[in-house]
Amino acid sequence: MEDHGSEALRRLIGGLPEAVRETHARLGDATAVVDASRIAEVLHFLRDTPGLDFDVLVDLTAVDYLGQAPRFEVVYHLCSLKHNHRVRIKARVSEDAPEIDSATSVWPAANWMEREVWDLYGIGFRGHPDLRRLLLYEEFEGHPLRKDYPKEKRQPLVGPRN
Amino acid sequence: MAIEPRLLTERARDGREDDSQSDLHTEHQILNMGPSHPASHGTVKFIIELDGESIVDLDVQVGYLHRGFEKECESGSWYQAIPYTDRLNYNSAILANLGYCMAVEKLMQVETSERCQYLRVVSGELSRIGDHLTRAGAACLELAAMTPFLFGIEARELAWDLQEILCGARVTSNYIRIGGVKHDMPASFPAVCRENVAKIRALLEDFDDVMTENRIFVDRLRGTGFLSKEDCIRYAVTGPLLRAAGVAHDLRKTEPYLVYDRLDFDIPIGSVGDNYDRYLVVVEEIHQSLRIVEQCTDWLEQNPGPVDVDDPRVRWPAKARVFNKMEELIQQFKSVTEGPMVPAGEAYHAIESANGELGFYLVSDGTAVPWKVRCRPPSLINLQPLPLMVRGALLADLIPTFDFVNMIGGECDR
Repeated sequence: MEDHGSEALRRLIGGLPEAVRETHARLGDATAVVDASRIAEVLHFLRDTPGLDFDVLVDLTAVDYLGQAPRFEVVYHLCSLKHNHRVRIKARVSEDAPEIDSATSVWPAANWMEREVWDLYGIGFRGHPDLRRLLLYEEFEGHPLRKDYPKEKRQPLVGPRN
Repeated sequence: MAIEPRLLTERARDGREDDSQSDLHTEHQILNMGPSHPASHGTVKFIIELDGESIVDLDVQVGYLHRGFEKECESGSWYQAIPYTDRLNYNSAILANLGYCMAVEKLMQVETSERCQYLRVVSGELSRIGDHLTRAGAACLELAAMTPFLFGIEARELAWDLQEILCGARVTSNYIRIGGVKHDMPASFPAVCRENVAKIRALLEDFDDVMTENRIFVDRLRGTGFLSKEDCIRYAVTGPLLRAAGVAHDLRKTEPYLVYDRLDFDIPIGSVGDNYDRYLVVVEEIHQSLRIVEQCTDWLEQNPGPVDVDDPRVRWPAKARVFNKMEELIQQFKSVTEGPMVPAGEAYHAIESANGELGFYLVSDGTAVPWKVRCRPPSLINLQPLPLMVRGALLADLIPTFDFVNMIGGECDR
């Protein structure tokens, strides 16, 4: 596994060699694809290792690679205010069991971001304290950012329940 | 009115049971505020659990302006997404244009010209000025001070006039292009710009005179909406909220893009992270943006040159060449009918918008249609710790605190 000159990737490969599947640093973005079952461990490692100190979960999103297996990719963008460096972590999640461990225990910022991914992609987060839809309403059927959800599809807007 | 029991937090329930000191029977009250409430600009719903007038807990419900921004972007060409980005933050549309276009440029490895970068900085800073003026002005309005709000709006109008000279629109600018900007500044711009900058400074002085040491204003802001440095970092809060808590983090300095590393400006920071610090940071940032605008205008006046990148993938060839040369004619035809083909790959690029880190994560499969467009919305992420800021505070403090979070529905809900 190559570190592409990135300190974060070098230490991650050194610290958790079996968790890292592949790496790249195309366009200057250091990226590691990690084992989805070990995501919490990887995120804790990145936050707590001195010299890495990724204290900010900048962004958490997902991508639907319809037609590929595994179908989904959960993408974490991390940043360290102390060292002013960034890294991107990705974990692949299958269509049959679209679930991954929640990052809320590492950064509370993950709470709403994971709710949004659940809402729009239908990927569940194990251990999330309150996994409700964030942007859409509870009666909405399906997850609209999935590639097989037709853009033109309309659903009735259900009013307040009380 | 039926309210789901899960909204009552464990903490609140415990508190009620422990309330043994008083024989008074008190009950917590649930108050629905919004989604369209005159005191909260922005369509958002708060479900507030109140103990008398104090906020025990708060559930923030967003999404009322969700319109499928990302889904729309993933169905048009790379260019067709730019007008949608205008509608993200309607106070500072150019910054959203800029964030998206710079992410596409990163993916395509397009290097923009120096003049283009200066134009982008000028227009972006004008946008930031407008956004900050709205935030500071509306805070006064919400605390029942009408006059300073009008000072702020008048100053914003002056900034928007300059934006109009640059791109023909006051609000939805649609100014930035992949590899360039819509067009160079007109010759009249520098003179009007200097005049308006002076006028904005005069209005800021008036604003400062009536507000900064105003007893009522200070009492309402100082010590309210407090969010510590550590909590800001844990909740990924960026922008003026983070700086007000004392962290000098501004992407224009920490990861300079465009020509920010050549410009002379300071990053103001607060000391405690309450609403008053936020007010001071926001007002000082307007002054710093005005300095940037002046420096860039001077440079633009003295250094004429090409604006758009000379790259047939993203910018059309000159009309004279299109009419006379076969290759250029084909290129124009392809550009109009298909739009740019972006090489397969992924890129994340973030800029410092008026609210904080505005990032775009793009994935291309090598075609003319984006596979994934993700906007990292600072409005949404900064809004998340709002319950932390107002727990234990009076209900009335929610209003100015929410104002300084500056949640913009278009960007928050996308």
